[in-house]
Amino acid sequence: MSTMELSFKLNGRALTLNVAPDTLMVDLLREDLGLTGTKAGCREGECGACTILVDGTPMNSCLMPALKVQGREITTIEGLEKADGSLEVLQEAFMGEGASQCGFCTPGMILTATALLKQNPDPDEGEIRQALSGVLCRCTGYRKIVQAVKAAAKARA
Amino acid sequence: MALPFEKLHWYSKLEVADYLVPTSLPQALDMLAAHGGRARVIAGGTDVIPELRSRKLAVSALVDVSRLPDMNAIESDGADILIGGGVTHAQAAASPLIQDKAGLLATGCGWVGSPQIRNVATLAGNLVSGQPAADASVPLLALDAEVTIASAEGLRVVPLSEFFQGVGKTVLDSSREILTSIRFKALGAKQGSAYLRLGKRKAMTLPMLVCAVVATAGQDGRSIQSAAIALGPVAPVPFRERSAEQFVAGKPATPETLAQAAETATAQCTPRDSLLRGSCDYRTEMVKVFVRRGLAAALTQAGCTIG
Repeated sequence: MSTMELSFKLNGRALTLNVAPDTLMVDLLREDLGLTGTKAGCREGECGACTILVDGTPMNSCLMPALKVQGREITTIEGLEKADGSLEVLQEAFMGEGASQCGFCTPGMILTATALLKQNPDPDEGEIRQALSGVLCRCTGYRKIVQAVKAAAKARA
Repeated sequence: MALPFEKLHWYSKLEVADYLVPTSLPQALDMLAAHGGRARVIAGGTDVIPELRSRKLAVSALVDVSRLPDMNAIESDGADILIGGGVTHAQAAASPLIQDKAGLLATGCGWVGSPQIRNVATLAGNLVSGQPAADASVPLLALDAEVTIASAEGLRVVPLSEFFQGVGKTVLDSSREILTSIRFKALGAKQGSAYLRLGKRKAMTLPMLVCAVVATAGQDGRSIQSAAIALGPVAPVPFRERSAEQFVAGKPATPETLAQAAETATAQCTPRDSLLRGSCDYRTEMVKVFVRRGLAAALTQAGCTIG
């Protein structure tokens, strides 16, 4: 099996790597690049813990052959931190509202909410719940998560 | 035999030797041919990847068709709507053309998996996977859709009613063929549609029952000219309920007509008792309810008065 060259933008930085054809994106991020903010949960597309943004759109990195991201712009949870080390409004809101318990779903929740707020800066509760429906929280913390997204939308307005 | 959870969970590699990304249809077909049946087409990958990881599927190469040109559009073509083989469920659900002229399909596509899944999973893939519970397949059946399939021998057009062969089995061989487009007639002025779905939750759940209806109102606005009724997953393949369709054609649009049609609609239903999807008895009863409600909703949308 020979590796193939893969070029893409990761959190604003252009990268070129040699990748085995059977590598999944979640493993490239976690194992090869050391970006463990992206979580591997069910690995079947059910839980959404592995959500990344591909050209701004939320997708499951566990179902994505790494070679699919050729030429794309990828954002992981690590990419939200600003150059000065400060956090995004949504991250601050998740902390402020206590919207994280074990934290395993949090990167997926925050990235999905990032895409939502970009598309719809003032979502109602139904729209928030619909947008987050592909990320499961098993600490049953949905109420505070929805509150955090609302708080972030308000803080940005 | 399924692998134990831990092994499935942590086994990250797919065991494919090649990942090919063709940039033209002939090139894609050549790549498939070069592997002589040992390669498989991948688009969104939401079905293919879990199958590879659980070793239900073993291939030497994947041919990624998501970068083929001219496959990503939803277009009007005269009275028809043409959906490219690369169109995702998110695209179809958000398309004003589909919402306006094939509302049942927009609704169905909005139910598939999660937003993350809908952003990559294609309608073509939903058909090719051949699952009886496919949210896009059932409305496309009701729309009398036909699909164009490309192979080294050329193109062939297959009506969807002849496409599904069994659970996970269709007339398409994805080791040598590619579904390039889906075509159906846009709904007209005297037509309406409905998509009804029974599931355990409001999101991220497979359907226990899907009923898709396209109805055409009679000129008098009080009768049924014709109706197309598609059902799933209550048999190995999604199917058209022809006896109920024939029963309502030309009849007055009354609650009695709809109730009698619903009673005839269960002849082909053979749902299994399932812990996941409910008992056979329950789902068979719900088929009647959904056929009645689906006809009523589609006729009302078509401008037909029921009474």
